[in-house]
Amino acid sequence: MTKKVKLALLAATMLASSGAAMAQDTTLTIESWRNDDLTIWQDKLIPAFEAAHPGIKVKFNPTAPTEYNAVLNSKLEAGSAGDLITCRPFDASLSLYEKGYLSAVQDLEGMKNFSDVAKSGWSTDDGSATFCVPMASVIHGFIYNADALAELGVEPPKTNEEFFAALDKIKEEGTYVPMAMGTNDQWEAATMGYQNVGPNYWKGEEGRNALIKGEQKLTDDAWVEPFRQLAKWKDYLGDGFEAQTYPDSQNLFTLGRAAIFPAGSWEISVFNEQADFKMGAFAPPVQNAGDECYISDHVDIAMGMNANGKNLEAAKTFLNWVGSAEFATLYANALPGFFSLSSHDVKMEDPLAQEFVSWRGTCKSTIRSTYQILSRGTPNLENETWNASANVIKGTETPEAAAERLQKGLASWYDPQK
Amino acid sequence: MAVEQTTKPPIRWHIAVFLAPAVLVYTAVMILPLFSTLQLSLFSDINNSQVFVGLGNFRTLFGDPRWAEQFWNALGNNVWFFVIHMLVQNPIGILLAAILSSPRLRMRAFYRTAIFIPTILSFVIAGFAWKLILSPLWGVAPNLLDLVGLKSLFQPWLGKEAYALTTLALISVWQFVGIPMMLIYAALLSIPDELLEAAECDGITGMAQFWKIKLPLVLPAIGIISILTFVGNFNAFDLIYSTQGALAGPDFSTDILGTFMYRTFFGFQLQLGDPNLGAAIATAMFVIILIGVSIYLFGIQRRLRRYQF
Repeated sequence: MTKKVKLALLAATMLASSGAAMAQDTTLTIESWRNDDLTIWQDKLIPAFEAAHPGIKVKFNPTAPTEYNAVLNSKLEAGSAGDLITCRPFDASLSLYEKGYLSAVQDLEGMKNFSDVAKSGWSTDDGSATFCVPMASVIHGFIYNADALAELGVEPPKTNEEFFAALDKIKEEGTYVPMAMGTNDQWEAATMGYQNVGPNYWKGEEGRNALIKGEQKLTDDAWVEPFRQLAKWKDYLGDGFEAQTYPDSQNLFTLGRAAIFPAGSWEISVFNEQADFKMGAFAPPVQNAGDECYISDHVDIAMGMNANGKNLEAAKTFLNWVGSAEFATLYANALPGFFSLSSHDVKMEDPLAQEFVSWRGTCKSTIRSTYQILSRGTPNLENETWNASANVIKGTETPEAAAERLQKGLASWYDPQK
Repeated sequence: MAVEQTTKPPIRWHIAVFLAPAVLVYTAVMILPLFSTLQLSLFSDINNSQVFVGLGNFRTLFGDPRWAEQFWNALGNNVWFFVIHMLVQNPIGILLAAILSSPRLRMRAFYRTAIFIPTILSFVIAGFAWKLILSPLWGVAPNLLDLVGLKSLFQPWLGKEAYALTTLALISVWQFVGIPMMLIYAALLSIPDELLEAAECDGITGMAQFWKIKLPLVLPAIGIISILTFVGNFNAFDLIYSTQGALAGPDFSTDILGTFMYRTFFGFQLQLGDPNLGAAIATAMFVIILIGVSIYLFGIQRRLRRYQF
């Protein structure tokens, strides 16, 4: 008797809930680590999509960047993840695809608008399958306080010599901290230090591919020299930079107390909001005037769909839209500093963003050297590089010793480097 | 029915009923996860499926020089973290309790509350507050030192390998010194006055009274505090994570078992998580704590002399 009642109740609730779901619009949930972008998604991107696609509602559901990977993995395992997944580049997403959590998307209409390089961050090693639609890349360089440099009569440097001459002059004058960076959080030292100035020495893609093939070693001069440059930075950082965090550095710069900020282009929107002085940017300095220049133009963010999601059709519609010219323009302008990877001709309004993206025309682009394939094993090359770069800047490890240690770690699991 | 009840002693169902909620909840949230962690550490992820590898994860952890180095580094740091607590937190706790129990002290309730309050703060609040206080850019510490002309003594304490761990241990001491203080204060209050009067009649007063009468009487409480400190320190994670992040900088000098386990289990940045190896570390932590607690229970607690009043 009671069993029957229970069954009936159960059936009733299931019918009721499925009935309700059918009457509603389809709702897509986006998983993301970009909690900074919440308002942009809610006010600009989602309304634009919903206006064009009635019947589909979209919810942006971000987590803190440092927790994203762990949270996403647990949600996918538990089957509670959203329909759309913001993809980290390379192995983090590749492993999700291999575990069957992400669907292949290479056949989508919107994917036609992306080059192979743009897709490289989210494709299998042989390039046969792509599992996320590329959204944006970030470019490294140096942002400077234009008012401060003008006041001191310092020109934005082009070569290494000019770069250190400029830093010396700012330091001598004493009003400004020459460069805003700390080593407390470690990643800035690697990302905005090593990966920023490095491509000029290892010649971008040429060196990066040679490293993957095992033709070059991290102990070669081209890979040690960036560390030697970093070792010189120590004298130009603020007092107690060892305990200075990333937000500390950002504030130091936007409050106008520092002259130069080793940056990624993602800083642009934050700095535009907070700094009330004129800003400019210069590309990582080359060794000699007239040398070919290389920049880190790193594939950073993409979007894929949850293979076990309930609304696959709607998710496909959304991903096609992510590949469209409309999305590229909206996104690049809402978030200056995140540059579209698509082949659409995207017009950007922000002068600082234009400066960054103009380097694509004059310099050769590459991606961060440690991201593709080389960070697959233990010890993890990227995480080791954070630690090594921070040590080199603090002066607790020599550039040669740091390179030696990285090479040894890489060779311990990566066959081409053995 | 009634006849049966009079002949047999009734089964005392109420005991089971009253125990059930606690037993069920404790089993669900503590015992099952503990055993599934132990089980997880015996498996490994090979081609996306869980394969039984016996003690393979432990061989990696202790045999592979890279993992072993990190493990021993974390364990060493953890021991230092514990040593600082034992050397600083507990003596200060005892001292504060002794001062608080002095009958001549005024505003006792205020001091007691003020010293205890940090204990109820969240780790994250304590961590961030101290990080700001010690910040070389906006911190209070460099400015205060400057006021008395000692700016040259200031160091970015949280950023130097030599000081970071000790600084963090002292922050933790600041936060938790209220607990030993309260426990020992309570123990001191429970010493009967007759005993102290008898001591006075025998000419034992002042400091001598503390060393010869009071301290031996509160030793069991100090033992309990030591073991609580031990378990707390070897399970610590929050303070380091909230101030230094999962990489426990600078250069892993503040890496303790908790952060090492977190990094391995959940992964960090490009390093993917390895739940199996993480579980192996968690198991090692469990064993270390188990050994420590056993040494205390069987080696020390039995030898402590207790006094009946």
